[in-house]
Amino acid sequence: MSNILNLNQTSRDRVEILGRAVNESGGATPLYLERISAGFPSPADDYIETALDLNTYLVRNPAATFMVRVSGDSMSGAGIHDGDILVVDRSEEPVPGKIVVAVLDGELTVKRLVRKDGQIFLAPENPRYRPIAVAAEQDLHVWGVVSGVVRRL
Amino acid sequence: MRDFYLMVDCNNFYASCERVFDPSLEGRPVVVLSNNDGCVIARSNEAKALGIAMGEPAYKREDFYARSGVRVLSSNYALYGDMSARVMRTLGQFCAEAEIYSIDECFLMLRGLDSASLLDTAREIRATVKKWTGIPVGVGIARTKTLAKVANRLAKKGDGARLLEDEDDIDRVLHSTEPGDVWGIGRRSARFLAACGVRTALDLKRRPDDWVRRHLTVTGLRTVLELRQIPCIALEDAPPPARSLVCSRSFGTRVESLESLEEAVSAYVQRAAEKLRRKGLVAGTVQVFLETNRFQPGPQYCASRGRALPAPTADTLVLHGPALQILREIHKPGYKYQKAGVILLDLAPAGQRQLSFLEPSGEEKTRRDALMRVMDRVNTMHGQGTLTLAASGLGRKEWHMRQERRSPRYTTSWAELPVVC
Repeated sequence: MSNILNLNQTSRDRVEILGRAVNESGGATPLYLERISAGFPSPADDYIETALDLNTYLVRNPAATFMVRVSGDSMSGAGIHDGDILVVDRSEEPVPGKIVVAVLDGELTVKRLVRKDGQIFLAPENPRYRPIAVAAEQDLHVWGVVSGVVRRL
Repeated sequence: MRDFYLMVDCNNFYASCERVFDPSLEGRPVVVLSNNDGCVIARSNEAKALGIAMGEPAYKREDFYARSGVRVLSSNYALYGDMSARVMRTLGQFCAEAEIYSIDECFLMLRGLDSASLLDTAREIRATVKKWTGIPVGVGIARTKTLAKVANRLAKKGDGARLLEDEDDIDRVLHSTEPGDVWGIGRRSARFLAACGVRTALDLKRRPDDWVRRHLTVTGLRTVLELRQIPCIALEDAPPPARSLVCSRSFGTRVESLESLEEAVSAYVQRAAEKLRRKGLVAGTVQVFLETNRFQPGPQYCASRGRALPAPTADTLVLHGPALQILREIHKPGYKYQKAGVILLDLAPAGQRQLSFLEPSGEEKTRRDALMRVMDRVNTMHGQGTLTLAASGLGRKEWHMRQERRSPRYTTSWAELPVVC
């Protein structure tokens, strides 16, 4: 299925086994559909609940979490590439340093929120693009804070 | 300390949902059209200010809309339904006792707070819902649900939160409220009250109990007591599980041929069965109906017939046969049909159904259930109708809904997520 990358992920050559993955949330087969056989119950039955659900890993506040798709390469330095899906949490505080989705001229854009010398910037993470200085009189509207990236390989 | 009811209501809900994902709609007049892009069913404040009326047929004023920069959108219920669930879930943070009253309204109950804390809570609710979901809401607070509704109307005109508690304040407000604008007073009662000289909600509040009971029954008396801050209408618990499930649409154009109707009914059965499975239910009876448009000239006909199934099921393929059979029985040639639909009845939880010897064997059943799961998964991942029975036809059909200006299903379809640059 999908691969999950944390923002600011550093390359590692070690992997850690976390547990059994579940392929869809709530998709477990109800028991009554299965053949019921007499005899000892499976000793594994008690452990079925421990399946891993990507939603619980990626989504802290479901009501406030939205997915958006990235177009372009302005954030490639942060590990965000063209076609990636971003997990956006609107309930998180957009403090400087966070990667945010902001509304700029009626469009949604993803940039890092940076404060430098008292001035707020929407900064791309690609040397080919320039930071956007947000003037005091300009109405910068942060739509949500990016909390994860989802990419299928 | 007393209980207080909060009525939380989303402002211009459909237009607000659209604006969350398309910020260029902010500050502009926006209207949303009914199924088949017919009439205006939702307006932003800017559209209201232009004098666009609820229910007006959009095609008649296309030039005016274009001149005034009105953005016209088809309804996008996948989006509105998901956003509604998010708003309700957010409200659940504030209180355990809640009643979802409609797609954009919810009653909450709070205990043991003074006026100042109630208003603080209302402001916090407004700020949180706005931040988390992007939807602006208004909050009306009072000791009864009926007064909370009245307070909510005021909240919308004011700063978004309004408490009605002080008796003189309530009377002033009721004095400028028409009886017909009170929650629970229907149009017929409103006409009757006007004829009796009851001109304001305050007049109604002051009518004697026995008069109200005699003319407006006990339901009306409850409303009047609620206007006097005496709680009579409790929060309703979770609605009882659905007893029936309907999938029906008006066609984009009027349809004559049986073949087209078969395709439409086939598509509706598939949709209905999908909803049934999502709710974990099985149906015992299939019903199909057909109708012409009684507002159009020409011969009229409508018919409906149901059929009990040998065993309750949520299997599309099992439901499909009887549905098409019924359609062929009730269909009469020579009419221009406007609408058809499938109704599933005798619903029961899938786990509690009675077993029957007529059901497919265990192995067959397991395979069929697996097939249904695959269909549902493919259609969830790649959009409705990706995997479909050939009987519902392929490509664009005359019976399809007209939805020429629908925005993307931003929150429910991987293929239609909002794009950020």
